[in-house]
Amino acid sequence: MSELSGGRWSPFQRNPGKRVLPGFALSMGVSLLFISLILLLPVTGLIVQTAGMSWEQYWGVITDERVVASYKVTLWAAAIASLFNGIAGLLLAWVLVRYEFPGKRLIDALIDLPFALPTAVAGITLAALFAQNGWYGQLLTELGIKVAFTPLGIVVAMSFTSLPFVVRTVQPVLEDLPVEDEEAAVSMGASDLTVFRRILFPSLWPALMTGIALSFTRSLGEFGAVIFIAGNMPYVSEITSLMIFIRLQEFDYGAASAIASVVLIASLVLLLAINLWQARYLRRLHGR
Amino acid sequence: MLQSPRKLIKQLVVALTVSGSLGVVPAQAADQELLNSSYDIARELFASYNELFAEHWQQETGKTVEINQSHGGSSKQAQAIIQGLRADVVTYNQVTDVDILHERGNLIPADWRERLPNASSPYYSTMAFLVREGNPKNIQNWDDLVRDDVSSVLPNPKTSGNGRYTYLAALGYAQKTFGDDQEAIDNYLREFLGNVAVFDTGGRGATTTFVERGIGDVLLTFESEVNNIAAQYDGEYQVVVPKVSFLAEFPVTWIDRSVERNETADLAKAYLEYLYSEDAQRLIAGFNYRVHNDAVKAEFADRFPELELLPIEAITGDWKTAMSEHFGSGGKLDQLQRR
Amino acid sequence: MKSQGRLRIGDQPWIKWSLIGLALLLVALLLVVPLVMIFSQALSSGAATFWDNLTDEYTLHAIGLTLFVAALTVPINLVFGVFLAWLVTRFEFPGRKALITLIDIPFAVSPVVAGLLYLLLYGSNGWLGGWLMDRDVQLMFSWPGIVMVTVFVTCPFVARELIPLMQQQGREEEEAGVVLGASGWQLFRKITLPNIQWALLYGVVLTNARAVGEFGAVSVVSGNIRGQTNTLPLHVELLYQDYNAVGAFASASLLAGIALLTLLIKSAVEWRQARQMQAASTQSDRTT
Repeated sequence: MSELSGGRWSPFQRNPGKRVLPGFALSMGVSLLFISLILLLPVTGLIVQTAGMSWEQYWGVITDERVVASYKVTLWAAAIASLFNGIAGLLLAWVLVRYEFPGKRLIDALIDLPFALPTAVAGITLAALFAQNGWYGQLLTELGIKVAFTPLGIVVAMSFTSLPFVVRTVQPVLEDLPVEDEEAAVSMGASDLTVFRRILFPSLWPALMTGIALSFTRSLGEFGAVIFIAGNMPYVSEITSLMIFIRLQEFDYGAASAIASVVLIASLVLLLAINLWQARYLRRLHGR
Repeated sequence: MLQSPRKLIKQLVVALTVSGSLGVVPAQAADQELLNSSYDIARELFASYNELFAEHWQQETGKTVEINQSHGGSSKQAQAIIQGLRADVVTYNQVTDVDILHERGNLIPADWRERLPNASSPYYSTMAFLVREGNPKNIQNWDDLVRDDVSSVLPNPKTSGNGRYTYLAALGYAQKTFGDDQEAIDNYLREFLGNVAVFDTGGRGATTTFVERGIGDVLLTFESEVNNIAAQYDGEYQVVVPKVSFLAEFPVTWIDRSVERNETADLAKAYLEYLYSEDAQRLIAGFNYRVHNDAVKAEFADRFPELELLPIEAITGDWKTAMSEHFGSGGKLDQLQRR
Repeated sequence: MKSQGRLRIGDQPWIKWSLIGLALLLVALLLVVPLVMIFSQALSSGAATFWDNLTDEYTLHAIGLTLFVAALTVPINLVFGVFLAWLVTRFEFPGRKALITLIDIPFAVSPVVAGLLYLLLYGSNGWLGGWLMDRDVQLMFSWPGIVMVTVFVTCPFVARELIPLMQQQGREEEEAGVVLGASGWQLFRKITLPNIQWALLYGVVLTNARAVGEFGAVSVVSGNIRGQTNTLPLHVELLYQDYNAVGAFASASLLAGIALLTLLIKSAVEWRQARQMQAASTQSDRTT
C-alpha cells in the first residue's frame, strides 16, 4: 500500500485499546515535553501580545484595508500557484512513474531542489531571472508580459518553492495503482482519455488534492522567496507576511501578533482539514 | 557501496560538530570589544572608521579594540536592542529609532540628544535623485516626479527611514509650493506615490531594483548613496540634487544600560566623540555625507551643492506627529496609497 | 511490448514522448536554469574572485556557524522524531490526530512569524526572556536563539518521514518481539531500526538541508552581527545589500551545492531502499 495508508490493525490483535508494546509513557512524555517547549510555549507569547488588545482593536488591525488587500493577494497568488503545481506535478509524477527515459533518475532527484534550496537564494535568483534584463525577463518583455515586481512574480516564487509537494504525494499512489482495471478497460477498447477519467483519476485525485492543499498552505507563509520579486506595491502586490514584517518595523508587536494570529489560525485549519480528510478517504479506501 | 545509515548518521553528526565548533569560537585577540548597531547602508563607512578609531584608541590608551558591526534596517536594529541585544553604541539614520530606545525599556535617557554636539548627529545628508545618463526624462525637481511619463523607485516608507525621508521631502516641497491648499498637497503626494514602480523594503533593495533590474527613471535615496552609485557605475548615471529637500540627520548615542553591563562606557563615548574629529569628518565626507567641520566643509565644497534643507520641525512640527499622522496604520500614507 | 497488445494508457510513442518532452521542458525552465544562473553569476568575475569570496573571513565564519547550528539541530530533531513516530504509530490514544496536526505547525507557519514567536517569548520584553535577562542569560541574538528557531522550523521532517512508513509496517513484528521477551530498547534496535533506517536517514538529510538554509526565522532572532551571528543565508542577503552580487551568488552557490549534495544522498538512499524492497518481495514470493 502507499505512503498514505493509515492505521490498519492486524487481524490477530485482540483488542486495539490494550497496549502491548513498551515505551508509551516515555515516548508520550518526550513528545509532549518537546511539543510544549518548541511549539506551544512560543505561541503563548503571541497570545499574551494579542490579549493586550481589546476586541475592537484586534478587529481593526486585522480588517485594515491594506491588510485585507494583502490577504486577497496572498490567497489568489497561492491558489494560482498551487493549481499550476497541481497540473505540473501530475504531469511530472506521471512521466516519472510510467515511462523509462535517459536522465529519469536525475530529474527525479532535481524535483526536490526547491525544498533543499534556501528561500532567500531562490528569491534573488528568480528576481535576477525574471527582471527585464534577466534571461527570462528579456523574452517575456518582448511578449509584453511583466513578471518581476508584479503579482505574477509572487505566483512564480510560490510555485517554485512548493513544486515538490504534488509530485511527491501523487507519485507513490500512481506507482501502487492496480493495473487490472486499466488493462481490462483498454482491452475492451475504451479510449485513453476515458480510461484516465473513469478509472485512474478517481484513485489519484485524493492524493492530488492533498498535494495541492499542502502546496497552498506552504505558499501562504512564504516570505523569503517572495519579497525579492514581488515589487511590494501597497494594495497590489503586498503579501501578508510582509504586513507582519511592516508592523514589526513600526514597533507594533500587538498588531504584528494580531496579523500573525490570522495566518496561524488559517494555516492550522487548513492542516487539520487536510489530515481529517485524508483519514476519511483512507477509511473509505480500506472499506472500513 | 553505502555504509549502513546508522553509521552514516553518526559520522555526519560528528563531522558537523567538529567543523561547526571550529568556526563558532571567535579568537579573543583584542583587549576590549565594542558592538556598534547601525543602519544597513553604513557598512563600508564604519568599516573604515573602525580602523581609524582603533588606531587612535591604541595611541591614546595603549589598548587594542575590536569593533563588531551589526547592520540592518534601523527599525529592525532598534528592536533587537529593545529585545535584549547588548549593543554599546547605535549609529542610526532615524531619530525615531533612537527615541524608541528610551520609550521602550528606558535604555537611554530622554535627553540623549543633548549629550553630543549638533543634536547628537555628527553628520547629515539629504534626499537626492539618481537618473540614467543624459537625464533622458529631464528630471530636475520634485514637480517632475508627478509627470505621467516618469516612474520612480524608492524604498517603502513603512519599512525604511530612507523612504520616510523621501516622503517628507516631497511633502515639504508640496507645502512650499501650494501653501495652505491641503487638497493640492494631497493630490501632489497621491500622484507622487502613484508613480512609484517598486517599493522595496530597504534602501539597498531599491538601488538594486533601479540599477541591476533597470526599473524606473529615477531613484530617490540619500545623497550619499546616490553619489556612491554614480561613482561606482561611472558614466551610466547622473546625480540630480533638487532645490529643496529634507534635512536627514544621523543620530548616534551610547546605550547606557549596555555600556554599564559590558563595562565599556569610556570606550563607547570616545568612539562616538571621535566621529566629530577632523580626521573622522574628512573620512565621512569621503563617503559623501555632509559634515559640520568647517575645514572639511571647505575642502568638499564642490561636491555638495547648496540647497534649502527643511528640518522635520518645518514640515510636521516634530517626529511624533510625523509618525502618528503620516506613517501610522490608517495614516496619511495609507489613505493616499488607496487605489 | 506489441503495439496491438497495448494494455496501459499513454504508451503510444507520440503521447509518451510529448509528455516526456513537456516534463523535461518544465524541469529545465523551473529548476535547471535557476541553478545554472546561480553558478554562472557566482563565477561571472572569474574563478579567482569566486575563491576569494568563499575564503573571506566573514564567509568562513558564516559557514562555520551554519554547520554548527545544523550539527545541534539534527540530533535533537532525530531523537524527538523517532519518539513521536513511535508514539502515534504504535499506540491508540485520544488526541492522536491533534498531535499529528500539531507537529505540522512549523510547515504552515510563515518563517517570519516563527521568528516573531520566539522573539516575543524569549526577548527581554517577553515574560520568560525578562526573567532570563535578570539572570544574565541571553538566548536571542546569539547562537542559542538561532538553534532554537531552526529546531522549530525543522522539527516535522524526521517525524513526517517515519510516520507513514511505520504505520504501513504495522506493529506485528514488534508485538511478536514482546511475546519473545525483548526489552523496549532491544525491540527498537533489532526490529524497528532496520525497518526504518533509510527513512530515518532521509529525514536527517532533509532536516539538515532545511537547517542550513533557513532564512526568515533566523533573520528575526539573529541580530545580524557580522562574524558572530551571521549564518550563510543571512550572509547572502548581507552581501547582496553590499552591492556585492557576485559575492552573494558565491555564497548562494555554496548553499546550492549543499542542496545538490542533499539530493544526491537522497536519491542514493531511495535507490537502496528500492533494492531492499525488491529483495524482500522476491524473498516473500519464494516463501509463499
